[in-house]
Amino acid sequence: MSNTKTTALSAAGIAGAVALAMAGATFAPTASASMERCYGIALAGENDCAAGAGTSCQGSSTIDYQGNAWTLVPEGTCESMELPGDRTGSLSELDRDLPGGS
Amino acid sequence: MPRLHDTQSHFATAVHDPESALPPGLLGRAGEVPTARFGVYRNNVGSSLVDAVAANYPTIQRLVGTEFLRAMVQVYVRDTLPETPVLIHYGATFPGFVAAFEPAQRLPYLADVARIDWAWHQAYHAAEANPLGPEQLATIPADELAGRRMLLHPSAGALSSPWPALSIWHTNRHDATVKPVDLRSGGQDTLICRPAHEVGVWHLPAGGAGFLHALAGQATLSDAARQSAELTPAFDLTRTLQALLASGAITGIR
Repeated sequence: MSNTKTTALSAAGIAGAVALAMAGATFAPTASASMERCYGIALAGENDCAAGAGTSCQGSSTIDYQGNAWTLVPEGTCESMELPGDRTGSLSELDRDLPGGS
Repeated sequence: MPRLHDTQSHFATAVHDPESALPPGLLGRAGEVPTARFGVYRNNVGSSLVDAVAANYPTIQRLVGTEFLRAMVQVYVRDTLPETPVLIHYGATFPGFVAAFEPAQRLPYLADVARIDWAWHQAYHAAEANPLGPEQLATIPADELAGRRMLLHPSAGALSSPWPALSIWHTNRHDATVKPVDLRSGGQDTLICRPAHEVGVWHLPAGGAGFLHALAGQATLSDAARQSAELTPAFDLTRTLQALLASGAITGIR
């Protein structure tokens, strides 16, 4: 191991790296940073809710802005989303744009 | 009277082996031997197992197509049955199977892409925890940091690939039109974590996956950094820590 590396890994070196990392890092949002389910905004096949085997519904919407498909968005932004054709997002399921008519 | 255990074990063997005879004593309503009906049952069991494994590897499906993936999974499920009734745990060993699967050898990166899919799936179902914030980190005296150990997020996982597995995974998982990836662009370390509602996937600096594994094995910060620098001369502790803090992979220090 070279001398530079030994220095870099000394206690002071570690502390320096942590300090630099803190200065440059964006910290992860915590679980309490709120998101909400927003219905009727996802393009076909791009809705959220993925749970793998047996429960998968991610990407299962078949038409654009499908009213009963949701996407996670930051809290408070859902209903202000403006979409083509005077649509807006909704916090509850919508009757519009459902597969098979309506 | 046959013993229940024997009846069950004969039935299970016959269900999973298409070459095997019908379980002894199996009779239809009119006393006939229900060969065709048992075949339907056998097919349904097999195809539900294939569905369960295939659903956990959406990126592999995009890469090789539904037909190839299902054919590959069919071979896999023949020798690997679920170990618990919870299907979200089924398919953990599939990436290793892919690595050794002869017809997939022309895609040497496929197994590592499958490992990212599995880590994503694991992270999705992992317990929740709050990531470490700057104020908690600031309470540790600077001269003590080197000897401290990190608590990691239950959803955190990392893997190192000699291929640009993350770039391949990313474009096949997210882009409507797949972007070309240069296979000669070198290996990538990948970090997967779910700090809040959504699973995130990050590109770690070289040696970063090994560093996370060392921390997971209870190494102190300085021991983990030393091991990583020995294995990867270009290891960059600052940038690696930045990625770990940004992803929420660290939840505490002790």
